[in-house]
Amino acid sequence: MIEDTHKILDGETPTENSGPKWGRLLIWGGLLILMGILAVGLKRTQEGPVQPGQAAPEFVLTSFDGEIFNSANYAGKVIVLNFWASWCKPCEQEAADLELAWLEYKDRGDVIFLGVDYVDTEPEALGYLTKFNISYPNGPDLGTRISQAFRIRGVPETYIIDQEGILSHVQIGPFTSLAQIKSVIDPLLQP
Amino acid sequence: MKKHSSFILYHSPFILLVLVLAILALPMTALAQDANPDTPTDDDINAIASEMFCPVCENVPLDVCGTQACAQWRALIGEKLSQGWTENEIKQYFVDQYGDRVLAEPPRTGFNWLVYLVPPVAFIIGAYVLFRGIQSWRQIEPETAPLPAETAITDDYVARLEDELRGSDW
Repeated sequence: MIEDTHKILDGETPTENSGPKWGRLLIWGGLLILMGILAVGLKRTQEGPVQPGQAAPEFVLTSFDGEIFNSANYAGKVIVLNFWASWCKPCEQEAADLELAWLEYKDRGDVIFLGVDYVDTEPEALGYLTKFNISYPNGPDLGTRISQAFRIRGVPETYIIDQEGILSHVQIGPFTSLAQIKSVIDPLLQP
Repeated sequence: MKKHSSFILYHSPFILLVLVLAILALPMTALAQDANPDTPTDDDINAIASEMFCPVCENVPLDVCGTQACAQWRALIGEKLSQGWTENEIKQYFVDQYGDRVLAEPPRTGFNWLVYLVPPVAFIIGAYVLFRGIQSWRQIEPETAPLPAETAITDDYVARLEDELRGSDW
């Protein structure tokens, strides 16, 4: 490069030793692609959780019983998607209230509760479900696909998805009461 | 009864020897149970755990991670080892459950290849750029050589100064 500059200053054309053009193009192209990948990765990590008003990511949850729940099949229903783990102490604060809420809504048929067990071991997870008498469907987050789709930052987090598949509420941290849970679900339901 | 007593007395040294040997054998049996090959040691578990990361505790290897989640994972590794699973089978189980990111060394597939290719390629490119730079600097060097002595002498001011210095009686 410096050589070329000197040649240009001396009135010469920098044709010799300027290196193959395809090589430079390849290097610059590779650098651009790499920077693009890094930028996309950085953007994703900086985005934070999916926000209310955005379309909720589609997901498939296989429960501990082997039943498959595909979010696409629940159009027209409110989905309460709760991320939890057996090692998570704050999750225990809301476990009983979530179960109570489920018992209140389950006969209506227009609300479904789903529990996603995040980065957990099955025996401990099943022990947790038994301990809190949780009866709504729960399953492991296989490959952490669901938590990655929702870009969760930790547990517990709860996502309320309305009948159109739009996220209506994001609860970071535990619900503090049954009334709080109902206050975010009731406005979405027909009277 | 008398016959029975005399039998015991006659054989008492032998019975005593058997009893002593049995007592001595007890701790050995306990040791043998401790070294049961089916029970994985902490070292066995940590050998696998050191090559894994729990997604909850980023950048902390599983073998030294102090959270309850990591303790549960280590217990699960121990359980799988005692069931006769191999290291690769255990790692694959965790990958299936929690994704590739649990592995300290990502599998050589898809975008993961970037992890292995980018550093050596960047090094080669850097070395090439440095080599070219050094080549260029070497070729420029003669142009920055000092001016010939004659040029300096033609300077009137310097010549006069030197004359005066030579003429002065210091």
